[in-house]
Amino acid sequence: MVRLFGPLVGLFFAVALLWSFGNGAYSAITEPAAPTAEHEFHLHPKKVHFASDGAFGKFDKAQLQRGFQVYKEVCATCHSLKHVAFRDLAALGYSEAEVKAIAKQWGTKQPTFDPKSGERAERDNIPSDFFPVVYYAGQGSPPDLSLITKARHDGGAYVASLLTGYQEQPAELLKKFPDAKTPDGLHYNPYFANLNLSMPAPLTGEGQVTYSDGTKATVEQMAEDVSAFLIWTAEPKMDKRKQTGWAVLGFLLAATVLAYLAKKNVWADKH
Amino acid sequence: MSFPWANEYKPAFGLTQWLDEKLPLPRFVYNAVGAGYPVPRNLNYMWNFGVLAGFCLVLQIVTGVILAMHYAPNALVAFDSTEHIMRDVNWGWMLRYAHANGASAFFVVVYLHIFRGFFYSSYKAPREMIWLLGVVIFLLMMATAFMGYVLPWGQMSFWGAKVITGLFGAIPVVGEPLQIWLLGGYAPDNAALNRFFSLHFLLPFVIAGVIILHIWALHIPGSSNPTGVEVKAESDTVPFHPYYTAKDGFGLGVFLLIYCAILFFAPNALGHPDNYIPANPLSTPAHIVPEWYFWPFYAILRAFTYDFFFIPAKLMGVLAMFGAILVWFFLPWLDTSPVRSGHYRPLFRKFFWFGLIPTMAVLFYCGGAPAAEPYVMLSQLASLYYFAHFLIILPLVSSIEKPEPLPFSITEAVLGKDESAVLNANPAA
Repeated sequence: MVRLFGPLVGLFFAVALLWSFGNGAYSAITEPAAPTAEHEFHLHPKKVHFASDGAFGKFDKAQLQRGFQVYKEVCATCHSLKHVAFRDLAALGYSEAEVKAIAKQWGTKQPTFDPKSGERAERDNIPSDFFPVVYYAGQGSPPDLSLITKARHDGGAYVASLLTGYQEQPAELLKKFPDAKTPDGLHYNPYFANLNLSMPAPLTGEGQVTYSDGTKATVEQMAEDVSAFLIWTAEPKMDKRKQTGWAVLGFLLAATVLAYLAKKNVWADKH
Repeated sequence: MSFPWANEYKPAFGLTQWLDEKLPLPRFVYNAVGAGYPVPRNLNYMWNFGVLAGFCLVLQIVTGVILAMHYAPNALVAFDSTEHIMRDVNWGWMLRYAHANGASAFFVVVYLHIFRGFFYSSYKAPREMIWLLGVVIFLLMMATAFMGYVLPWGQMSFWGAKVITGLFGAIPVVGEPLQIWLLGGYAPDNAALNRFFSLHFLLPFVIAGVIILHIWALHIPGSSNPTGVEVKAESDTVPFHPYYTAKDGFGLGVFLLIYCAILFFAPNALGHPDNYIPANPLSTPAHIVPEWYFWPFYAILRAFTYDFFFIPAKLMGVLAMFGAILVWFFLPWLDTSPVRSGHYRPLFRKFFWFGLIPTMAVLFYCGGAPAAEPYVMLSQLASLYYFAHFLIILPLVSSIEKPEPLPFSITEAVLGKDESAVLNANPAA
């Protein structure tokens, strides 16, 4: 039975696949897929090196503090970090008092609700609070940035490239795709998947923030620093992960060598 | 069942003697995976993957049970509770990475286990039942992994669930009501997430049950081996313990080294970045792709792009995708060659290495690629070969192939000579 029906079922699928293949090949020849502006002008992120890259990489706390400063002074007006708590900033090297002060002075306040009176109000943030969500009346919340570097291919490099990638639309693009002109209210950036995004360039010029450690605040520097900070917000436990990894691999290597010797010993008379 | 020369369990202590009378559990273990189970002496490293698969199941259950203590299966907070595990639960990041990559590791070892079965025809009599139960385990694993991937409630979780449950919608007449009933709504939402969590917790224990049957069925004929020649005498076997416990111990060490290197140094390499974006029913990702272990079957699903007479393309794709796995159930009766091992089957071997393996590689690659040319046409040709291989080529090869001579026994294959072969030699000689 199986040998009778098996080949018939096989032929059935084979013919159906040939039918799809033939139709697909025919339409690929008669109506080749039209090129799109996204396809031809989208760029992959630049190569950007971060201290946390690689199996031996570790966060550079000074850079994370600079990146936090850029986030606080530039990004935080619109973008929240709702998975990160103020207390987590201690990992960047801030003291308890500094963390308290950062929380208290944070621009977006913590919403409160009094279940007795039904009143909604606001209060200052405290270290145990998570960074509050930013609301724009009538427009909702711009994307939360806690996980942005994990949520994009080449996360850190992508964010740094996007922040420094704003430019005029190339004349070549407009010549080739006249319909692909950036609409009003959007901004051209070849690192963004569909080339036009609603966020205007946030880093506008050198010295937009003043670094307390004397680092020169060029646009590239600020972009890399805030990207490094966002790599940290996406995975604050990364240093611990790699540190644990080396200890685990060291142990496993020793155990595997012993297991190999034991195996050799047990099998000595059987080969 | 066992071979007559199997070691017998002899409890040495008062306590174990007492236990052996009341509940002979140590005897059971001794006969199942101890010195009481004689195993062919010539098993190569491809025979390590069964034990490794069992290890992966235990790893997934242990990490999964702890994760479930911190995870909240509610569409409003599922994503946030996953991040809570990653950030605020002690060693939560390690548990979650171990579980997510553990699923991948489980599929890697199970695929190798299955391909071992393909090459050495482990499915042939008298081991058909072991193979059938193995395919059942694989299907249960796929269901479990799919539902587990939905739980973090990221973009790929949501859209993956939508696409896969949408497959049921392709069934004529009852498809749409069935899909709504399965999801508890028109699209994946809280009802779906809750039932997926419940089933994701349940199914691993069902898998454990079928694994017990799988091993039970294995112990009736005993393990197969790379020559495919059945065990003839005591010299062909060694006791499972210490020989294969030692060999599996080394295999486990190598497996753990690779697994932990990924877990600690590239834990997101096998995942998709979009799953770190919370589920959003209003925004469809540019490319919806399942986890890598589904790619070959996803490629087959998408290979059907045109209606075939009165059968819609989508239904053809669904039939073919399930058919691609169901065909494995019939392997013991499609491959009728009396010789098991690919080592002694010249034609079968060619179709295995130059047909099936490259086809799987192409399907694998195309399943992860966008649904555009040339990937669609490539996956159509590869799918065609896939079905032809199992349903047409394999039965044909079995009947026309002239197998190479087999060794007299396992002992002869290992040592180059077998003294009992001389004694039992053809009486005419």
